[in-house]
Order: sequence, then C-alpha cells, then structure tokens
Amino acid sequence: MVLAAEEAMMHASDGGWLAQGAWLIVVAPFLAMVAIVFFGKRMPRKGGEIAVGAMGFVFVYSAALLILNIANGVIYQHSILVAQLGSVSVEWGWVVDGLSTMMYFVVGTLSFLVFTYALGYMKGDVRETWFFAAFSLFAGSMLVLVSAPNLIQLIVGWEGVGLSSYLLIGHYWEEKENSSAGMKAFYTNKIADVGLIIGAIVLGTAVGSFRYSDILEAAANNSSVLVPVAVLGGVLLFIGAMGKSAQFPFHVWLPDAMAGPTPVSSLMHAATMVTAGVYLVARMYPLYAGMAADMRVLIVIIGTITLLIAGLLAIVQDDLKRVLAYSTVSQLGYMIAALGAGGYTAGLFHLWTHAFFKGLLFLTAGSVIHAVHSNNMSDMGGLRKKMPVTFWSFTSASLALVAIIPFAGFFSKDEILATLGHNGYTWAMWIGILGAFITAFYMGRAMFLTFFGTYKGEAHVHESPAVMTVPMAILGVASLIAGWVNIPGVYEGFHHWVTERAITFTSFSAEGFDVPVMLTGLGFALAGVIVAYVIYFRDAETQQARDRIRIPVLWPLLEHKYYLDDLYLATLINPIKGPIARAVNWSNSYIIDGVVNGAGVVARLVARFVYGNLDQKGIDLAVNTAAIVTGSAGGQARRLQTGKVQQYAAMTVAGAVLLVVAIVIFT
Amino acid sequence: MSLVQFLILGAFMFSLGVYGLLIRRNAVMVLLAIELMLNAVNLNLIAFEAALRTTFAGGQIFAIFVITVAAAEVGIGLAIVLLIFRNRRSANVDELDVMRW
Amino acid sequence: MGGWFSEASNWWFLLIALFIAFSALRVVTATNVVHSALFLVGALAGTAGLFLLLGAQFVAWVLVLVYVGAVVVLFLFGIMITRAPTGPRVEVDNPRKGFAAAAAVLTFAVMVYSSVSAFGHMEVTKVGTGTATDLIGSQLMGRFVLPFEAVSFVLLAALVGGVTLARKDTASDETDEGGTA
Repeated sequence: MVLAAEEAMMHASDGGWLAQGAWLIVVAPFLAMVAIVFFGKRMPRKGGEIAVGAMGFVFVYSAALLILNIANGVIYQHSILVAQLGSVSVEWGWVVDGLSTMMYFVVGTLSFLVFTYALGYMKGDVRETWFFAAFSLFAGSMLVLVSAPNLIQLIVGWEGVGLSSYLLIGHYWEEKENSSAGMKAFYTNKIADVGLIIGAIVLGTAVGSFRYSDILEAAANNSSVLVPVAVLGGVLLFIGAMGKSAQFPFHVWLPDAMAGPTPVSSLMHAATMVTAGVYLVARMYPLYAGMAADMRVLIVIIGTITLLIAGLLAIVQDDLKRVLAYSTVSQLGYMIAALGAGGYTAGLFHLWTHAFFKGLLFLTAGSVIHAVHSNNMSDMGGLRKKMPVTFWSFTSASLALVAIIPFAGFFSKDEILATLGHNGYTWAMWIGILGAFITAFYMGRAMFLTFFGTYKGEAHVHESPAVMTVPMAILGVASLIAGWVNIPGVYEGFHHWVTERAITFTSFSAEGFDVPVMLTGLGFALAGVIVAYVIYFRDAETQQARDRIRIPVLWPLLEHKYYLDDLYLATLINPIKGPIARAVNWSNSYIIDGVVNGAGVVARLVARFVYGNLDQKGIDLAVNTAAIVTGSAGGQARRLQTGKVQQYAAMTVAGAVLLVVAIVIFT
Repeated sequence: MSLVQFLILGAFMFSLGVYGLLIRRNAVMVLLAIELMLNAVNLNLIAFEAALRTTFAGGQIFAIFVITVAAAEVGIGLAIVLLIFRNRRSANVDELDVMRW
Repeated sequence: MGGWFSEASNWWFLLIALFIAFSALRVVTATNVVHSALFLVGALAGTAGLFLLLGAQFVAWVLVLVYVGAVVVLFLFGIMITRAPTGPRVEVDNPRKGFAAAAAVLTFAVMVYSSVSAFGHMEVTKVGTGTATDLIGSQLMGRFVLPFEAVSFVLLAALVGGVTLARKDTASDETDEGGTA
C-alpha cells in the first residue's frame, strides 16, 4: 500500500490559466444549446454543426488539461458564492484535479466522437434540432456534475443529466413505449436520488459545508462531527450512485432506455451518464476508504450481484442493443465491486476503458440497425462483408470487452479481479471470472448472429457514411490502446493521474501482474468465445440452434428478467396507480375540496343572513325609512307652493308679525 | 298734537292694506291695497319728521322717494296685469298658480 | 285727555283721520273696482291734508300731483283695460277672510303697542310753521343726490320696462295664447 500523498504533493501545480479557464468547457455546451435553439433550424445540419463544434472545443481543452495533469499534475478548484441560505452556502465552481481531468477527457472525447456520428445517424430525423439541443444540454450537465466542487452542484448536474436522459430516451415519443421508457428511467433514478439528496444533506450539515474539500478533509482526519453520520452518509450516497449506475435493484431502467436513438445509448448509457455513480463513489473515496469503510462490503455485494445477473440476462436477448445494455449494467457492476473492494484505480480504469469500447459497440450497433432498419439480431446476419468498417470496429470493441490481451479491457478487468482477490473478496473474484465467461459468451453470440451467416432481411444493406465510420474507426483504435496507460510494472500513468487529488488517502495502489488470476480470467473468456462459436457460428440461421441451449427453468426466468419488472409493477406501480391514487383522489375531493367547498358554503350562508336580515331588513330599512320620511315630508311641504302670491304674502306677513311680537315680548 | 295719533292712524291704514292685499282677487285691487300701505308709510315718515324736525328734512325727502318709487312700481305692476289679462282674459290672481307643486 | 281736544289742530286731525279711516276701509271692502280706486283717492287726499297739517307742504302737493294725479289715473286706465265682461257680479274677495283679518288685526295691534310704548311721549312740534321748499331742493341735490339719481334711474327703468311689457308682439297677437308674458 503506497501512500500516494507524497507523490501527489510533490509535483502538484495549480494549473495556471488553463485551470482557471476550465469553466469554459462547462459553459460551452450550454451556449451551444442556446444557439441551437435559436438558430438550429435554419442551418444545413440543423444545429448539429454547432453541437459538434462545441464538443470539439471541449475535447481539445480537456485534452490540454489531461496533458497538463500528466506533465505537472494539477490540483485546482474555484468556487463562487451564488446564494447564502441561512448557514448553507450555495456555491458554483469547478475542480481541476486528476479525477476531474480524466472525466473531462472521457466526456469530451466520447461526446465529440458520438456527436459527429450523430450528424450522420440523425440526418433526416423528425426532430433533429431538438435532439442536438437536448444532447448539448446533457453534455453540459455531465460536465457540471464532474466539475462540481461541492455536493449541491453535483446534485444539480445529476438532475440535469437525469432530465436530459428522460428527454432523449423519449425522443421518439410517438410510440407510447418510448415515452414510458423515459418515465421509467426518470422514476427509478428519482427514487434512488432520494438517497443521494438525504446523504448530501446528512454529510453537509454534519460538517457544516457542502464542499468536497471540507467533507473529505473531515473524513480524512477522522473528525468527530462525522463519526455518527459517516457510514449513514456513505450508504445514502451509494444508493444514489446505484440509481444512476444501474445497480441491482435499480437496474431495470437501463435496458428499456434503449428506446432512445443509438447515439444517446452510446454516449449516455455506456460512457458517461451511467458512470456518474462510479464517479461519485470515487470522488468521495476518502470517506469510503476511511470512516465509512464498514459499509464497503455492501458495495461489493451489490456490484457482484449486478454483474452476474445482468450478464445472464444478456444471453437471452434478441435485440442487439439490449445485449449491449445488459452488458453495460454488468460492467458497471465490475466497476462498483472494484471500488467497494478498495480498488480506486481499478474501478476508474475500467470506467476509462469501458467508455471507449462500450461507446464504440453502441455506435456499431447503431450503424447495423441503421442499415437493416431493425434492432433484432434475427433480422441480421452476414453483414461482415457488406459493412467492413463496422465489422472490424465491432470486433475490436468486443475483444476489449471480453478482455483479450492486448485489448483495453484486458488490463482493466484483470486489475479488478486482482483487487477483489487481494482484498479478501475471493468469492467475488470467482464470480467475476465466471462473469468473464458469460461476457465472452453473449458477445460471441452477438457477433456471430449479426455479422456471420447469411442475411435474412430485405433491406439494402450498405456501409454507413464517413461521418459515422470515422468515429467508429477512431474508437476502434482506442479500444486497443486505451488500456496501455496502466500496465503494472511497465507504465502506471493512469494510476498517477487519478490519484492527483487535494485530499489524499491511503490509496490501494494498482495491482501488480497477478499471473494466476490473469490467466484464469483469460482462459474463461476464451472458453466463452469458443462455446459461442460452437453454438452459433455454424447453425446461426436456424432457430433450432438457438433452442438447443434453452435450459428449461433458467431461460424463462431470464427472458422474464427474473420477474423483477413484474414485481415492481405489482408492488409499487399498480398499488400507487390503483388504490393509493384513488385514496388520494378521494381525500382530495372530499377532505380538501370539502374544506374549501365548506368554506364557500359557510360564506354563502353568512352572506345570505347578512343580506337578508342585516342589509335588507336593517340597513335598507333605515335608509328607506329615511328616504320615505324625507319624501313624505317633502310631499307635504311642497303644498306650501300653491303658486298663489297672496298666500305667500300672507305667510310673509304672518311671519314678520310673529317675529316682531317675539322681539317686542323679549325686549 | 302727539306723535302717537299719527302713528296709530298710519298703523290702521297699513293693516287695512294688509287685509286688502291678502283677500282681494282682482289684481288691480291688490295693487290698490299696496298703494294704501305705501301711503301709510309716507304718513309715518312725515309724522316723525314733524316730531324730530331734523335740519335736513330727511323724512320729507324720503317720503318723496317713496312716492316716486310707488309710482314706478304701479306702472310696472299694471303693465304686468295688462299682459296677464291679455293672456287669460281675466285678472283673477287665484288663477295665477302655474308655478306650484 | 281733555287737553288733547283743546288744541284746534287736533280737531282738524280727528276730522281728517276719520275721513281717511273710512276711505281706507272702503278701499278694501268695495266690491266695485272703480269704487275702490276712488276711495283710494279719498284716502290719499286725506293724507295730503295731514301733511299740510304737519307742515310738509311740498310733499303734500307732490302727493296730490303724483299719486292722485298720475297714479290713480293710471289705475283707472288699468281698470278700464282689464274689465272682465261679467261685471260687478264677480266675487272680488277670497271667501277665506279669517286668516287675513287675523293677520291684519295682529299687525295693527303690534304696531300700535310698539308705537305707544316707544313714542308715546313724543310731541309733534312746530305745527304749521312749514318747511321751506328750497331746503328740500337743496337737500335733494346735495345730501341726497345719490338716492335722487338712483330713483331717477328707477323711473327710467320703469318707463322702459312698462313700454316693453305692454307693447303688442308684432308677429303674434291674439292667436298667441301661451306667448311670453
């Protein structure tokens, strides 16, 4: 166990103007979104150019930051006070350190390549401008998330990517199942977000600040304020991570999210958004490594369960994208399990390599789907010759995923297995090795069914245009070399990159070459490929071949996704839709509305009483009486005006005489 | 002679004038009663002048003015009565009650 | 009381006063308008006599000239023009005389009472000495010139007004029953 502290402190710099200007990469996608909203419709590529341009800028800048980190190391953060709510300071800022630069680069590179791909894929789409606007919103939100120096901004970015995910999954909302898939994603994430928010509140109020630097410093120093809440906070934050990273039992949204366009699946649900949970655990690692270490067992268990059940589910899927979706869930399980076991570098390394090869796998799947106009592998076959670039890219990514040396995934998965084994989670390690077999099996199956055999459909199949094939090719190369940044004993650059952080901790260093584990893993993977070949290569066309391995009890269980969706539907959704909604409606109609209506009825009665008795009979009576009296008095008084002058004269005389009499009498 | 006897006579004439003013139906007779009243006033003025004997004969001069104004008033009054008679063929004041309630 | 009758002027006064009283009474009780006017002449003449008795000769003759000579003549012209064809059978008095009589009596009583209580002791002095006319003239033009001018203005207004009121409308004559009065 090497303390990375000294290494980090020795050559950390503050990044200079490059780090000070890092806010630009956060703002650029939002500016692009605004520009697309206003100008997109009029542009030749419907605003896609603006989006790609912005992502290009992000890519270049993040590459610069990564190079800076590799060369000098950079630890920098800047916060601006936005609002002061009592004792809570709401701040906005950006962090530039090892972990952040790695994430910026992943987001920047994948975004740039996928956006370029989307220019071709989404051409002629019914809502192309809206797509790029929402996609830019996503990219911006993801960058807000990873650049956040405090938990509040993280939550803002978290919710932003959740919103973008909902919008983009439901892109083709004309079909009800697509909008339902978007809602499923949103709700599942939201339930998990409860944990995230409460966890953030718990930790933030205990420490008195929401900044990572403050919380993690308290965690690193075993501060007494954190003692009662550390484990609780760790568990709650992990629950939030489970939702976003599709861990069991919150994984149900990711397969359905494949209803969105393929660029969305590639960028969000493979490379970036789903890794936000992994990122969160990694960011809070001083807490998990120290004071909350007791709950790490939970993390390992969840991760391991996830990787196993998702891998099994991938075997029975006919939809190509769903295979990849379950594969993503399974790989996320690997990352989470690694982090739980103490493999900070291992988990992040797999995140890095997975982004490249899984992002590529989705792009190739999209290319195939675009050509045959169907998602199902039963409509595909023999596409190898007709779509060569797609095929070779797919192969490269598959080999990386299956973890065959020297492809990227080999190094990262091997490191995970080594970490699990060396930290006492041997059972998890064996499940991980089994998982490697399963991964190889379903990927082999997918490849043989899609690219080999004969084509069964009627569509005119041709290779995708250059704007789509070039990114695929680039990622294909990346799938090969991405793992070479952390070869134990040879070059451990990645490890040094991501441990360049302000708060240091006893980092479990990158594992050395554990040859037995490595060979076992490799062996199981190759075995999986061979089994898949045996079953699917030769008789790929016939349904018979597929049914041959249909294990009686296991297959129906897998096809029904362990009845988990049905369970959720029965226990959560339908009770809420049915009785609970009805009860709430009743309470609203009778109690709340009753109170309001009652107030109205009472007011009416009071008004009626006031009107009838007080106003009509009381006040009106007085007023009318006054009027009547005045009227009748006037009516009587007017009789004086007879028009006869003599009468007036008589009254004048009488009056004068009486006046004189009065004067005479009284003087 | 005492002053009071003139004053009593004047009061008598004035009261008669009041009586006539109030009961007479013919407009001209009403005007006659008014003349009677004015005459009583003149008598009072001269009587007081005789009693007080001011150096500037104020009472007499005032009486001259009263006479003059009475003459003017009779002229106008009769002109009005004339017009009324022209309109209504009658000088009965009881019928002149248009400006009533 | 006995001393009152010893003065000769008092006898004259009594005589003239009775004449005036009778005439005034007949003015307001005569049924014939012409009679009423003529009795007014009597009352006015009697008053002129009293003026002479009190030494206001100028005023007396002015009274006779203006009042008797012009005003009563004017009255007679007015009576002539407004004679209703029905003649003396018309009711000249309002039958409800009670109130008027009471008012008159009350007026008389009050005036007598106040006169007696206030001026009961005063005497009319220098009876018969008369007043110099030039005194009246000089006062009229001197001390009382303003009222004099004002009254002349009143006379002018009365003259013009009378002519204006009484002239016939050139456009509409007898046909304009409801015309301007």
